[in-house]
Amino acid sequence: MSEDKKDQLITINVDGKDYEVPPGMNLIQAVEKYAQKEIPHYCYHEKLSVAGNCRMCLVEMGTPMRDRATGEPILDDNGVQKIGWMPKPAIACNSNTSPGLHIKTDSPLVKDCRNGIMEFLLVNHPLDCPICDQAGECRLQEFATEYGRGYSRFIEDKNVKPKRTRLGPRVTLDDERCILCSRCIRFSQEIAKDDVLGFVDRGSYSTLSCYPGKELANNYSLNTVDICPVGALTDTDFRFKMRVWFLKQAKSICTESSVGVNTVVWAREGKIYRITPRQNDGVNDTWMSDSGRRLYNLVESEMRLLAAKFKKDVVTTEKAIEKAVDILKGAKFGIVGNTQSSVEEMAGIQSLAKSHGAPVMFVGHIQEGDDLLISKDATPNTRGALLTGLTKALPYRQRDVVGRNLKKGEMKTLVVFNEDLIEAGVDKSLLEQVDIIYVGSQQNATSEMAKVVIPSQVVFEKAGSFVNQNFRLQKFEACIPAPQGVKSDAAIITSLRAGLGDEDASSSLAKIWESLSSDVKEFEDLSYSRIPDEGVQLDGSRFDQLNYIETGSLHYEAQPELAETA
Amino acid sequence: MERKPLTLAEKTYMPQIVSGLGITFKNMFRKKVTMEYPEVKPPIPEGYRGQPALVKDPDGREKCVSCQLCEFVCPPKAISIIPGSIPEDSEHANVEKAPEEFDIDMLRCIYCGLCEEVCPEEAIFLQDNYSINGLSREELVFNKEKLYDIGGVREDEHFKWKKKKEAEVSGNPHH
Ligand code: SF4
Ligand code: SF4
Ligand code: SF4
Ligand code: SF4
Ligand code: FES
Repeated sequence: MSEDKKDQLITINVDGKDYEVPPGMNLIQAVEKYAQKEIPHYCYHEKLSVAGNCRMCLVEMGTPMRDRATGEPILDDNGVQKIGWMPKPAIACNSNTSPGLHIKTDSPLVKDCRNGIMEFLLVNHPLDCPICDQAGECRLQEFATEYGRGYSRFIEDKNVKPKRTRLGPRVTLDDERCILCSRCIRFSQEIAKDDVLGFVDRGSYSTLSCYPGKELANNYSLNTVDICPVGALTDTDFRFKMRVWFLKQAKSICTESSVGVNTVVWAREGKIYRITPRQNDGVNDTWMSDSGRRLYNLVESEMRLLAAKFKKDVVTTEKAIEKAVDILKGAKFGIVGNTQSSVEEMAGIQSLAKSHGAPVMFVGHIQEGDDLLISKDATPNTRGALLTGLTKALPYRQRDVVGRNLKKGEMKTLVVFNEDLIEAGVDKSLLEQVDIIYVGSQQNATSEMAKVVIPSQVVFEKAGSFVNQNFRLQKFEACIPAPQGVKSDAAIITSLRAGLGDEDASSSLAKIWESLSSDVKEFEDLSYSRIPDEGVQLDGSRFDQLNYIETGSLHYEAQPELAETA
Repeated sequence: MERKPLTLAEKTYMPQIVSGLGITFKNMFRKKVTMEYPEVKPPIPEGYRGQPALVKDPDGREKCVSCQLCEFVCPPKAISIIPGSIPEDSEHANVEKAPEEFDIDMLRCIYCGLCEEVCPEEAIFLQDNYSINGLSREELVFNKEKLYDIGGVREDEHFKWKKKKEAEVSGNPHH
């Protein structure tokens, strides 16, 4: 690891083998990262405070012995410093690495501890696996298989606790399955800062519940479902919809705001069932907003455009593109871009605009930020538009560019990418004076007015990349196939350009990146396949003078001037 | 090769006909080894693997909870399930989950019995019927209703959910 300076490393011994690790690192993490061994744990979570209440992570620990009086190392017969093993096992989650630390993770005592903990956890655990949404990704199932005894010695009646409790609008709780790890409580307190969960009663009657009169309703509530190691907290929307082992995972980026939260999209047979966060310590840690998880509704929304239209008549996509080309050939046209588009699509739009002298305009989208993982910029790729040169100003700092440009009366046609100009406040009478070619996935007032409508894919159906508020370039994969006849924006732009006689038109990501890396300084030496899963930090200093709207978020600091005035 | 000339008796063919008829009459009065399928059907041994079907417990509760393990394990992917939830006002609301749709494509099924083996709720069993026919492919995709018709009611050793419900009603005193 490049960031660990060699001279600072210390040596610890795990199961008789020495490993070089950084000092003061959490033991569970150090063992996982450097010794490639998992210390089973429930309550410990990398991004939360340590509670140490599940006791699953017990290991044997020892430190090099020293004489109490003199501080001299005590040596054995071979001249090696003796290890003073602690008489009882200790929890790894609340220990840090220290020089010479010895631990045993698979001694008979440790195995016995895990076996005992598992038995206690399962004593009152219901036989719910067949109806439990966690099955297949349940730590309790996994560790019971690995460390449990395999049969139950408990013949008494199991505890009865509330089942199917509604904790909030999106979370359902089954208390019988809860193993009282308190991860959800710590998350609510420490990350969501919405302290609504707590334990009531004692001993085996301990029960998780919401404080009276409160509910788990904050926009980050579903993270508790993700971190719950068992099936106690479930997503009300995903509940009983599909077993996780059928779902295929694809890496994606959330388009909710310019934070660019890393996500995993879970789909089966072309249908998306859920979206969960993907860990990225430079962007979203392990969290994401509830609202971002619902964006897959775009795929099957009622407003989804599925058929191409010419003058309101349904035509094939090819035909619509042909018609669009005919319209564009004749007259001067303008382009309304969108900061929802990927870097690759923007590159295509940029080439189209350049070779035909078309002005590119934008409409700004701002929203309430929450200073955590939703920023005020409601689109994922504003920085991409700056880098590709599609715009010089920030869209949300400009006033009615489209309207002002239309008033000049030079443009006869407007190519609109996924943008509702009516909603953005552009004068309807101005729009009526031009032919609109609408390329987008959703129907809206603008697409209704358009002469040619070309349906396009939503973010889950195509691959590409976004540049987030930190100028971090992140890529997303296609998660599901697109409906028949619905093409990607990149393919549509390419067809338009080819129709207009541009020779270098190509929608292949590799080709687009070839020109991007030569045209844009910040993209030098990059290609699509070279963008790692966690993204690439770009240098955004070229745009430092712009007045970004974002205030802080988890890993973003607001511009200094802005923070003062805000 | 030189052939032996036939004797007189052989020339008449009579002894051969008589001995042949003898065999015929002897077998006419023996126990029959063939059967008149399909009017008569052979006895099916215990544990025979015929068409799979869903069963209900003696209380009439559909035992399948749509855990989809059979769908996962089925080698030819003959099973397809759409899971659903049991409404809160049902008497079996505590089971929470039941299939909304449950289809088995009998043309795909290879009668391997893995679905029966994997089912944690003892809800699917291979029956003794081996003759499954129809006039179209669609007809041979059996839906939930049809599968319950075929499977019928089966005895239950555990009554897991019933006991669970009773425990929920009586609760366990805790203060
Ligand atoms: S929490 Fe895990 S062990 Fe418990 S019922 Fe659910 S899947 Fe089974
Ligand atoms: S609900 Fe889940 S996360 Fe919360 S305490 Fe129980 S087991 Fe832990
Ligand atoms: S018997 Fe085998 S092939 Fe037939 S449904 Fe069951 S698992 Fe599938
Ligand atoms: S394995 Fe059993 S309970 Fe699960 S879906 Fe199949 S039949 Fe239903
Ligand atoms: S993980 Fe260490 S006590 Fe729970």
